[in-house]
Amino acid sequence: MLRELLTGLTRIAGVRGALIVSGKDGIVVAETVMEGVDGRAVAALTGSLAARMRGVTGALGHTDPGLLHLQGPDGGLFAAAGRAGLLVVALTTADVNAGELRLALLRAAERAA
Amino acid sequence: MRAIEPWVEAPLGGFLKESAARLTLLMTSSGQVVAQHGFTRSLDVMAASALGAGIMASTFELAKVMGIRPLDAVVHQGTGVGIYLAAFDTPRGRWLGLVVFGDETSLGLVQYFFARLTEDLGRAAPAAEPPRQVLAEDFEDELNSSLRALFGR
Repeated sequence: MLRELLTGLTRIAGVRGALIVSGKDGIVVAETVMEGVDGRAVAALTGSLAARMRGVTGALGHTDPGLLHLQGPDGGLFAAAGRAGLLVVALTTADVNAGELRLALLRAAERAA
Repeated sequence: MRAIEPWVEAPLGGFLKESAARLTLLMTSSGQVVAQHGFTRSLDVMAASALGAGIMASTFELAKVMGIRPLDAVVHQGTGVGIYLAAFDTPRGRWLGLVVFGDETSLGLVQYFFARLTEDLGRAAPAAEPPRQVLAEDFEDELNSSLRALFGR
């Protein structure tokens, strides 16, 4: 089930890898990543980033963010909050269709539990 | 941070900075302390190292009983605090790391940067020293002359 969710995400052009991460622990629950991508590092750092963003939005009096999008010159990282503290994460190239991926991630996050 | 082996300090310092671990203890597989950070009393360090080595020895035996490969790491996770205990190989033999971490970091970060620490230690370790003679060749002559000098015989 989780693998199917990830495979659906990696079919989108520009997605280099997709993971389901335990947000609190920052550890990999399931992953489908291209060779050379360190899934464990992505999980650890995305978990930490998501926790910090929750802290920021909490301090501002807002609810937890549903989706994080970190964009760099060579690529991006998307993370959608799922149920039971899971994060659905996608690593992308710079030219990925962000709108399509956001929709797919949010759908996947609803199903990931 | 305190380290018995000076070359351990830089890799361990990097790990502490990145992982935000509260307490860290590096020891040999027999429980002899190599370096520590965060412990305030020597008794705490000795007790923690003995218990950590005992836990890893128990898991090693448990794996043998179950007919599986030895387990490299054990995680105990409680409310607001967790313990990560892992064995790894160095040029100086098999060592153990005991890391206590809180909510300010995560198990994933501790695991990830601990793996980097083990690689850094492998690179930083000086070449093994050739075994030295326990006693000098002229030990007996020197001892006799010292005794003669002391007792005048």
